[in-house]
Amino acid sequence: MANNDVALMGHLMRRAGFGAQYHELEARAAVGYEETVEELLNPSEDTHGMDLDLAERYFIEWNHHVRCVPEYIAFRMVNSKSQLEEKMILFWHGILCHTDSKNQSQIASHAEWEMLRRCGLDSFKDLLIEISKDPAMVYFLDNCLSHKDAINENYGRELLELFSLGVGMDGEFNYTEDDVKECARAFTGWTLANGIPPQPYGRYTSTFVYNPDDHDDGEKTFLGHTGNFNGEDIIDILCKQPATARFISRHIYDFFVADEAQVPTWMETPPRDPETIKMLEDEYFRSDYNIRSMLRVLFNSDAFKNARFARIKGPVETVIGTLRLAGDWTTPKPGFENIFEEMKHMGQEILNPPSVEGWHTGRDWIDGGTLVRRINFIADYVGDAGYPGIQDMVQRLAAEGPTTTPEGLVEGCLRLLGHYELTDENHQMLVNHARNGGVSATDSPEFPKQVGEILQMIVATKEYLYA
Amino acid sequence: MTSNKKDPVLVVLQMTGAYDALNTFVPYSDPHYVDYRANLQIGPDQVLAVDDKVGFHPGMDQIKDMYDQGKVAVLQGIGYPNPNRSHFRSLDIWHTAEPEKMAPDGWLGKAIREIDPNKENILTAVNFGRGLPRALAAPGVSVASVGDITNYGVLTGIDSTEKRSEALDIFARMYAPLIGSGPVSDYLSQTGLDVLKGADILKTAPQMYSSSVEYGGSPLAQWMKSIAQVHLADFGTRVFYTGVNPGTFDTHANQATTLPKLWADVSTSISDFYEDLKEHNANEEVVILLFTEFGRRVQENGSGTDHGSGGVAFVIGDAVKGGLYGEYPSLEPEKLDSGDLQWNNDFRGTYASLLEQWMGLDANPILGATYEQFDFIR
Repeated sequence: MANNDVALMGHLMRRAGFGAQYHELEARAAVGYEETVEELLNPSEDTHGMDLDLAERYFIEWNHHVRCVPEYIAFRMVNSKSQLEEKMILFWHGILCHTDSKNQSQIASHAEWEMLRRCGLDSFKDLLIEISKDPAMVYFLDNCLSHKDAINENYGRELLELFSLGVGMDGEFNYTEDDVKECARAFTGWTLANGIPPQPYGRYTSTFVYNPDDHDDGEKTFLGHTGNFNGEDIIDILCKQPATARFISRHIYDFFVADEAQVPTWMETPPRDPETIKMLEDEYFRSDYNIRSMLRVLFNSDAFKNARFARIKGPVETVIGTLRLAGDWTTPKPGFENIFEEMKHMGQEILNPPSVEGWHTGRDWIDGGTLVRRINFIADYVGDAGYPGIQDMVQRLAAEGPTTTPEGLVEGCLRLLGHYELTDENHQMLVNHARNGGVSATDSPEFPKQVGEILQMIVATKEYLYA
Repeated sequence: MTSNKKDPVLVVLQMTGAYDALNTFVPYSDPHYVDYRANLQIGPDQVLAVDDKVGFHPGMDQIKDMYDQGKVAVLQGIGYPNPNRSHFRSLDIWHTAEPEKMAPDGWLGKAIREIDPNKENILTAVNFGRGLPRALAAPGVSVASVGDITNYGVLTGIDSTEKRSEALDIFARMYAPLIGSGPVSDYLSQTGLDVLKGADILKTAPQMYSSSVEYGGSPLAQWMKSIAQVHLADFGTRVFYTGVNPGTFDTHANQATTLPKLWADVSTSISDFYEDLKEHNANEEVVILLFTEFGRRVQENGSGTDHGSGGVAFVIGDAVKGGLYGEYPSLEPEKLDSGDLQWNNDFRGTYASLLEQWMGLDANPILGATYEQFDFIR
């Protein structure tokens, strides 16, 4: 297996998934790059490869009135072979976000999470319609409180600002305050009905209902179009806007390729890579707003393949990626809450993004506090050869020969972490560190500890902050 | 000058989500108020009146007590030109003191650069919370951002003292900035190095601290306690920043049940913090700025209020000349700005007053212009 192919597979799996252990990278590389892209783009009930029954029996909350428990989300991210499916939910959750701190209904959060799973790779237009009818969202952005004689603008505004057009493009505003009001009028009557609680005294589930009596059926003028628009008409108009193509393309680029400028600056700041954005915009229109098509074009592009280590990993990617690397949580066990807490302290609490705008990415993930949590979390894992994934690294290094050199140890660790690359200075510093610490025979009881120490130093580098 | 006064310290409390100015500092006797707020009105029997026109939300009783003691300046009608009703953008405007365009640098970041131009103290500014607010960000300025003060430091999992010190030595060298590697890499380098230095110092603060004050269990209360610990440890921190979790005050719905709880937490936390400082004879060293990103719509939407403009902010402390500043915006329908309160004092005037009169800095280079100041500092 050519190292280059495995390294490229490492890149793909870090971006289109939460990373993978070396043997998985080798196996996928043997299948082929484009084939792997297709597999990732086409998940189904049969492809995730998890024993969900077992997990469900262990995490009993899954199947009761509270289902969107941290265990469910994280367990799937760690264990699903359909890695892109899980990654796409995270992607959309950071854009079409709601917070459970307001909703207080994990059952509704779970329904949204599964809707994003179902719709996240298909038509963006369908996704916008689904999210507009999604009970968690209808409640979160108060559309259930928007009435034909008293509109609540919250959803109308955020649909434009955060879900489709963005505030502005190329220095021009994309919509006016009047567009916000007209949009909100069109979505009046899109509201909620309470369902039957699944258990006595349990939480009520909500369902979407359209109430024509509370819908403002009057004429509206939205983005220059005039008509008796309903919500679907608004979404139809939105999807046709070049600003929407730009907005979604930039989000995809930021999440899968390289750190973009922060979203609120997009009106003034041009894309980092205009050619790739143009490619995505063209595919957006060509494919009738199909997200899968956009990703296919992207993952097979040189721009993507060459963008290794151009993104700072987010906290969920960091935590889930570390668990996958270490081979922890492959079966259910207690203690998942602590894992969720780690993501939160690193700056990303799933189901509770900091605001309706989602999380700020790139360098904004890193500050004094989050850097400390991140490094310590990963270092504690990779320094412990008790974890099967770390043990596997030790055995692979040992299998390469009875002895190794400081250079060989450092290079081997970098390779097994997924072909990470350090600056020459840092690389040399770690080789010196390995030399000072001594490198024992690979079958000696000291060797796993020495591997762990080098891994710990690697994951503490600036370079390892990236993926 | 008073006996216990050292270098002046500013504590900024960001009440994210946009608290409803009208029900925070309530024009309870204005007939229009009663009309606009059919469900949400806070009546004369509930309001903590400061005169026959206005008063505090009933959840703010400790702040009202401090007001009665002359320690609270109320900045009425605070805002900025062309009010923006997006949470993010409006917070950004407050953070950068720049309503006209997107600006990268925070007003406090620039102030910190003035206070400590040679970066002699890694702890000149300390943020408690998740993520660093843009208010504190500026090139070349480093701010310690701490989630939990009791476990702050890098590679704490390495047990052997010798090995850890070796690891930290390598860490320091690996994070040394490289020439020409770009602003993000420089930023990461600086963050890494600052963490190393800051952690060693900060972790000693809780050990040195003892107090009879028992703070509440909310994140804000705990962060206020951490601020007290760090301030009392005399590390030379001049700017502290913390707040409530984002979206907390975003009361589009159920405002009547939510707002009292929120103000009670904030009010109690501030009062506990003040009592703690007082117990340590440090109450004259600190001034608090309490702000939010914008006010909310004058007309309630039934159970809550939508995004508006024209807010209210508070400056609190012994050094403050308490009272009402700015004018309460008119509630006459024709005097509203698209249904929102018309602001009448630019928030940068409050910033300028704090920077110059309290922090002893030249406000103009930090804010980029001169603004009319209030005289709320004694």
